[in-house]
Amino acid sequence: MTAFLQRLARNRLAAAGGAMLALIVLVALAVPLLPLQDPNATATAERFARPLSEGHLLGTDHLGRDLLSRLAHGTRLSLAMGFAAALIAAVLGSVLGIVAGFLGGRVDNVIMRGVDMLMGFPYVLLALAIVAALGPGLVNALIAVAAVNVPFFARNIRGVTVALAGREFVDAARLSGMGNLRIMAVEILPNVLPVIVIALTTTTGWMILETAGLSFLGLGSQPPQADLGSMLGEARAALISHPHVAVVPGVMIFLVVMSINLFGDGVRDALDPRLGAGALTRPLPATVVDRPAPPPLREPDPPALLAIDDLRTEFRLGRRVLPAVDGVSLSLGRGEAVGLVGESGSGKSVTALSVMRLVASPPGVIAGGAVRLDGEEVIGAPFEVLRALRGRRVAYVFQDPQATLHPLYRIGDQLAEAIRAHQPMGARAARVRALELLRDVRMPRPEDRIDDYPHQLSGGQRQRVGIAMALANNPDVIIADEPTTALDVTVQAQILALLERLRRERGLSILFITHDFGVVAQLCERLAVMYAGRIVEEGPTAEVLAAPAHPYTRRLIACVPEPGAGRRRLEAIPGLPPRLDALPPGCAFAPRCHRARPDCGAGDIPLRRAGARAVRCLHPETTP
Amino acid sequence: MLLGITVIVFLIMSLIPGDPATAILGAYATPENVEKLNRDLGLDRPMVERYFIWLGNMLQGDFGRSFSLNRPVIDEVAERFSATLVLAGTSFVLCALFGIAAGVVSAVRQYGLADRLITFAVLIGISVPSFFLGMIMILFFAVRLRWFPVSGMYAIYGGGDLADLLHHLVMPAVALAAVAAGVVARLSRSAMLEVLRQDYIRTARAKGLRERRVIFGHALRSAMVSIIPVLGLQAGFVLSGAVYIETVFQWPGVGRMLVDAILKRDLMLVQGGVVFVAAAYVLFNIAVDVAQALLDPRIKT
Repeated sequence: MTAFLQRLARNRLAAAGGAMLALIVLVALAVPLLPLQDPNATATAERFARPLSEGHLLGTDHLGRDLLSRLAHGTRLSLAMGFAAALIAAVLGSVLGIVAGFLGGRVDNVIMRGVDMLMGFPYVLLALAIVAALGPGLVNALIAVAAVNVPFFARNIRGVTVALAGREFVDAARLSGMGNLRIMAVEILPNVLPVIVIALTTTTGWMILETAGLSFLGLGSQPPQADLGSMLGEARAALISHPHVAVVPGVMIFLVVMSINLFGDGVRDALDPRLGAGALTRPLPATVVDRPAPPPLREPDPPALLAIDDLRTEFRLGRRVLPAVDGVSLSLGRGEAVGLVGESGSGKSVTALSVMRLVASPPGVIAGGAVRLDGEEVIGAPFEVLRALRGRRVAYVFQDPQATLHPLYRIGDQLAEAIRAHQPMGARAARVRALELLRDVRMPRPEDRIDDYPHQLSGGQRQRVGIAMALANNPDVIIADEPTTALDVTVQAQILALLERLRRERGLSILFITHDFGVVAQLCERLAVMYAGRIVEEGPTAEVLAAPAHPYTRRLIACVPEPGAGRRRLEAIPGLPPRLDALPPGCAFAPRCHRARPDCGAGDIPLRRAGARAVRCLHPETTP
Repeated sequence: MLLGITVIVFLIMSLIPGDPATAILGAYATPENVEKLNRDLGLDRPMVERYFIWLGNMLQGDFGRSFSLNRPVIDEVAERFSATLVLAGTSFVLCALFGIAAGVVSAVRQYGLADRLITFAVLIGISVPSFFLGMIMILFFAVRLRWFPVSGMYAIYGGGDLADLLHHLVMPAVALAAVAAGVVARLSRSAMLEVLRQDYIRTARAKGLRERRVIFGHALRSAMVSIIPVLGLQAGFVLSGAVYIETVFQWPGVGRMLVDAILKRDLMLVQGGVVFVAAAYVLFNIAVDVAQALLDPRIKT
């Protein structure tokens, strides 16, 4: 509750709306105590007095009645009507919704049928029909507006209740012998209350507008009593000659509704932080780069096709900065396959996505380092240059093809689009080429599949499409970000075999991101192990697997079950990966390491190279 | 669904207090006469039977007779509804186009100047009563600037062509669209924000597509899946708002007819008008569902 109030107070707009609303409500409550003139005292001699005239701050209307006084009384009435309608609708709707959602079955069916039918009407029409039947009048308008809004509450609350009704605590209550009525009141109601409050705050503004609207049409409050709507309605006749009579109540309605809307949005965001600011940001076309000058080009040896040099990528969340990639250097030669291995959260995927500036931004920022393709720096390149490289020279294969293919386009169209993004080609030619690509990735019956949507394919087939898409423009480098993780084992093997074949046939370079040493052993001649945003070990795959130098590598290899290795203990690594915003000084793995000594936490530990191998450890398992 | 609407209207109308026969014959009618008239009008039969008789008549195009206008309800409603359709249809198109465009711009430029301006405009749009907005527009554009006529559908003298209609249509259509556009813009913005975070948008960017294609070809297409149902709701909203706007601008539509009919207690006319408009709305929503199914191949399977 306090957290809720804090969040609400921090939202400046909502606070302003709430303050304005509180002020209006207070004044409306205090109306009988204020020294106002009689709102219904007519004085034809003083009709249509302008605002700021003697004795009438806001002027008078067509009967010479004081507008300020009428405004105060009208606001009071409008607020009372709006709040009453909202409360009635909320109570009735919530009861219906909870009963329907909790009891289910036929009760649910009947109630929701009725609700659906009511929702089939344009809402004012329904209100008009009710007013027509009951006759114009304040109370009848209120009933109509409340009735029209009941279905909205019923439907919302029912949805939440259905989800709750199947939960354990409800079963527990049932087993303890509570009756349905009691469960609904004691267990369900408190849990749906936030939803009711959200629905209430977001619809009260509407209901005030709707009641004012009915009064405006002459169907609500009847003279001489006037709410804001009927004040506007009466003023309409003299709109052109005496606009102030209309403007005064109109502006008031606007202020009331706006303050309620602002406040309501704030309440919603505070009760449902998921929707709050920051959670729903959209990524920019390319990761933001905010770095000092890129490090100078060191002539690499042997010359690398793709060179990542001292890359630093951070997530900036408000005041917190999480260094996801902290000075990673890695090179990839032509035709080479390199594995980048690590647990989830180690920064391996962020490293991979940083290459073509695809890290979601905000919050991602590339804060240092360089990425060079054939010696050309790409991080600082203009967006159009970068875009021309994406998919043409460096292509990606992502993890979950269910999520990474567009669900609404046929796969043939998605392939053709990838081709035509970089090669001027007609639609027909692109389709022929797409079919070729599907054949290249051994898609079964490609002629039939090409017009399928992603959801019609199996997981393995989808990933074949993902690979075909990456191959569309004969890239030099493929960055495969856990391409087989979402697939089952036999399909995994097929996909790996496919990548291996493509590499041999086309001289592709592959950067393979994975957490699975088995996969690396099959495909990559070199590997690098990442932990907490840094590379801790690097070397030829066979050598590292045979004699890991870093304790972390050793533990990680020990986690992999080997078929045919007989009974062997699978060792989990004790502890959890460290939080990136609270990294220990020195070796980040030290707290989980069985070989840790005091000096491990003393200071920065460099990545020491010896021949083809490198390790970031003071007390390695083996000396390479 | 259509049947449901007739049931609800019938139920609401049977809530009317009082006895129609007494109302027709006056307070001094003899009980025998009241009974006779009730029998003649079919009011002595059970409610379910009366409902089906009423339904059958409507299916044959007989909506009854309006006593205040002394003409068949169906003629009056059809005539008025076409005027409403012109107004509401135009508004609907306006609110959809501007709402979606504003939402997309707002999402793509999140937290930028355009986003702030649009969010502010939307807040005003959804808070101002459409009838008040209409009145302000009359004061400003019709009285002060004299750009558009104050009210009506056609000029009284010498009007009647399409240009005249459009000239009269601009202000009411815009006033009516403003609120709905605000709602659509709000929803489009959040739908776009949601979609732009999806993995397949990253895939589209990784392919090297132009940003324009990413936004309109990939993101908006997906966002439409959640925008279209709301457009269906907004159609009901625009039809509802038309009641106010028609009163403000003296537009000879079905909304104004309903209000007049209620004030004159011409219940046959109210009943017929409500059923007619609600039926049109239901049909429109069926069309929306079809559009939805065409857009999203996952719905079919």
